[in-house]
Amino acid sequence: MPEMTLIEAIRQAMDEEMARDPNVFIVGEDVGKRGGVFRATMGLYEKYGESRVIDAPLAELSIVGVGIGAALYGMRPICEIQFADYIFPAFNQIVGEAARMYYRSNGEWTVPVVIRAPYGGGISGGLYHSQSVEAFFAHVPGLKVVIPSNPYDAKGLLKSAIRDPNPVMFFEPKKGYRLIRGEVPEEEYLVPIGPAKISRFGRDVSIFAYGMMHYYALQAAEMLAQEGIEAEVVDLRTLAPVDKTTILESVKRTGKALIVHEDNLTLGYGAEVAAIIAEYAFTDLDAPVRRLAGPDVPGVPFSPPLQEWFMPNPEKIANAARELARF
Amino acid sequence: MLSKETKLDMYWTMLLSRRLDERAWVLHRQGRIAFHISGIGQEAAQVGAVFALRRGYDWFLPYYRDIALMLALGYTPRDFALSMMGKSEDITSAGRQMPSHWSLRSANVPSQSATVATQTSHAAGIGLAIKLRGEDKVVLTCIGEGSTSQGEWYEGVNWAAIHRLPVIFLVQNNQYAISERVERQMAVPGPAAKACGLGLDGREVDGTDIFQVYEVIAEVAEKARRGEGPSLIEAKLYRITPHSSDDDDRTYRSREEVEAHKKRDPLLIAQAILEKEGVLTPKKLEELEAKAKRIVDEAVAYAEQAPYPVVDDNVTRVFAGEVSHA
Repeated sequence: MPEMTLIEAIRQAMDEEMARDPNVFIVGEDVGKRGGVFRATMGLYEKYGESRVIDAPLAELSIVGVGIGAALYGMRPICEIQFADYIFPAFNQIVGEAARMYYRSNGEWTVPVVIRAPYGGGISGGLYHSQSVEAFFAHVPGLKVVIPSNPYDAKGLLKSAIRDPNPVMFFEPKKGYRLIRGEVPEEEYLVPIGPAKISRFGRDVSIFAYGMMHYYALQAAEMLAQEGIEAEVVDLRTLAPVDKTTILESVKRTGKALIVHEDNLTLGYGAEVAAIIAEYAFTDLDAPVRRLAGPDVPGVPFSPPLQEWFMPNPEKIANAARELARF
Repeated sequence: MLSKETKLDMYWTMLLSRRLDERAWVLHRQGRIAFHISGIGQEAAQVGAVFALRRGYDWFLPYYRDIALMLALGYTPRDFALSMMGKSEDITSAGRQMPSHWSLRSANVPSQSATVATQTSHAAGIGLAIKLRGEDKVVLTCIGEGSTSQGEWYEGVNWAAIHRLPVIFLVQNNQYAISERVERQMAVPGPAAKACGLGLDGREVDGTDIFQVYEVIAEVAEKARRGEGPSLIEAKLYRITPHSSDDDDRTYRSREEVEAHKKRDPLLIAQAILEKEGVLTPKKLEELEAKAKRIVDEAVAYAEQAPYPVVDDNVTRVFAGEVSHA
């Protein structure tokens, strides 16, 4: 099986879906000749032409609004928001329009749009190139929210997202674009939107994470294994709809739950996971639920020591999991 | 050249819309419905535009005052009555949306929200899809002049202009955004003047004259079908009623001003034109009035006895192609 980077897998997913379905097209800033500022669409402009890989004006709400319109007509747009930090001008279109279209029309209209955005810190991006925005969207009924942590899932989930009749938010851990490598089969496959995946089994503590934090959680689990602590790692993958079954299965087995995300703590996605565990697995717990998240400040600071202070990393995750395992 | 029958049909659609709209106000004052937002005074712009386009082929993204536009597209007074009362058979949303938040799949009218100008970029997106598929359909989207203050609106129009998309942006300039006059919305004289800054054809038309609106929309629609791009049409007219059933316009405009504009009522103007042409006779008018009353009476009676939605699995279904997630 060929090995590739996260971003290569994402590009391949779009390429294959564009080849398969003439309704699929890409719209975003610099996605054409430039191939995207992260090069996610590299080569697609040359292959599919300017009518299917469309350079948008520098205006995010209309990137999404135009995508919604085209989707209402029966197209399958992939809207690229250059950085998740810049998605907020499109918030009204995503939350007020795309998410509600199916419900408000009693199923008469659907919006099969995928909104891709690189998210996350640790790349010297400061307050406005580092944000994690998933909690805003996971709160909204009518949106699916997907965050892959590895090339295999990224490709399979993105292909599923493009084929999904509903709006899908697809957040990509940009720090992992070229850092995270993995095997990707040559033959066609899909990864369903919905199920989480237990990516490492262990009996002492469950670590719930997604995206870049899942990558770090696996490293933390490796460190803990050297000390004789067996951490289970659960890759949530789809944040909405949430896979309660897998979360509860894991926590019932280990009795201890650590939730990790780089988005800041308060009302972050971990709050929902913690609430699910408290509500449905209270008597299975051997320790209080623990959250490890970014601090409650309005963004990831730029300067290296400040960024380091903000970001969870394998050591911080291992420390939190160790404490929990020893509780 | 419009046939006598078509002209009469256009007038009839305006008349029916007016009588239905008036009934909604009565029902609200009687406490039989919760809310109404009116299109009285704007029927000529709406009906004139629809008749200039191809129904069942072209696409329409209306705004909340487009009751006459919707009737012209095949939405019925009964449909509207069901929606006003939040009944199960409401075809726009099965009782989820407030009335006048249109949706009509059979007439290519996507579902609309209350957040103004959000439909503008959707219209551009539909125009883009039409262009990508090499079709000759046209998109008409309507909006009030106040909503052209939104960034949403500029972004959507900008897209259509850049890509020369087959979209007609019809601004119904009724002079008021609730209480705020045009001068509080823009420094230019009117929305049509914004077109030059965005790079598309912008024109004004007397929005109280259904036949003038028809002519202009027919012309720019043909242009759009030929691939010559979008147009911005400002229909000048006047909102004769308060903003909505919850508004009291006596707080911000004089009765004299409103009365003066009632003399430019688009229904009366069309009536005068058609009487002069011999298309409409006093007897025919009497017939049409009686027919409108009968249809509106029937619609309201039907809606009042129709059942409300029941709370079942459907009410928690938020995704297409799947079962309930709540």
